[in-house]
Amino acid sequence: MKAKIYVTLKKGVLDPQGRAVMGALKSMDFNEVKDVRVGKYMELELSGASKEEEEKRLREMCEKLLANTVVENYRIEIE
Amino acid sequence: MKFGVIVFPGSNCDHDCYHVVKHVFKQEADYVWHKSTSLEGFDCVILPGGFSYGDYLRTGAIASSSPVMNEVVSFAKGGGLVLGICNGFQILTEAGLLPGVLMRNKGLKFICSRTSLKVENAASRFTKAYKKGQVVDIPIAHADGNYYASADDIKLLEDSGRVAFRYSTPEGAVIDAANPNGSVNNIAGILNEAGNVLGMMPHPERACEGELGPIDGKGVFESVIGAVLK
Repeated sequence: MKAKIYVTLKKGVLDPQGRAVMGALKSMDFNEVKDVRVGKYMELELSGASKEEEEKRLREMCEKLLANTVVENYRIEIE
Repeated sequence: MKFGVIVFPGSNCDHDCYHVVKHVFKQEADYVWHKSTSLEGFDCVILPGGFSYGDYLRTGAIASSSPVMNEVVSFAKGGGLVLGICNGFQILTEAGLLPGVLMRNKGLKFICSRTSLKVENAASRFTKAYKKGQVVDIPIAHADGNYYASADDIKLLEDSGRVAFRYSTPEGAVIDAANPNGSVNNIAGILNEAGNVLGMMPHPERACEGELGPIDGKGVFESVIGAVLK
């Protein structure tokens, strides 16, 4: 089983990296860019048998380590 | 009294902390490897600065699940003194001993510089040697020191006097121009509810010997030693 995890900054939390990327894109004449938020993408290989059980455990992984829920949201996709 | 200096893979201010408590303040001190499962015999545990686990995932995130951190949490819950400096502060927030998170500096750059800090709480066991409102000269060295917490947590910290230090001008004005990293309310250091855990981004251990520059960091260690030996 394979899981994809997307960790993104919550709305309203300042993202200096996103700002810098946006600044660079604008300096390259991509003027249509209105905002950039930089996040993380992770791929996990899992040996779990049941999708339901694994989803529960992935959520636990995100809450405990993979995301800091003070400032980040996470989204899980299981293949 | 006895200090324990926790060593994570990637800690790089552990020797500075050990040197200061042992040779400047003449107290007992020992290093504690991150795999240790006992903090017996220590009165104060220091989580030093550095780049534990290469700052992978988030600063302090992986160190916060090191075996020794279970002990640090129980030690703190039992009333033991815990001082987290720089990366140590980041680890304490990730471990849930202090609220909030240290994010990337607003200007994206690593900043190594002397800063002026206003002492906001001079009643704690870490700050008693200072006077409330005093401005002290203690350096910072970090890329991720931008303190952020939910509005509720900030209100709680402010209302209960748990902000220990704020970035200020040398005259003590807490303004944006004196904020090096974008921290909410210029926060440089905070206490937990019980007052036995302090996390701060500036490095007091780098400001303890006149030969090397300012000595305003001494107050933190003097306060701890005073609190334990009294």
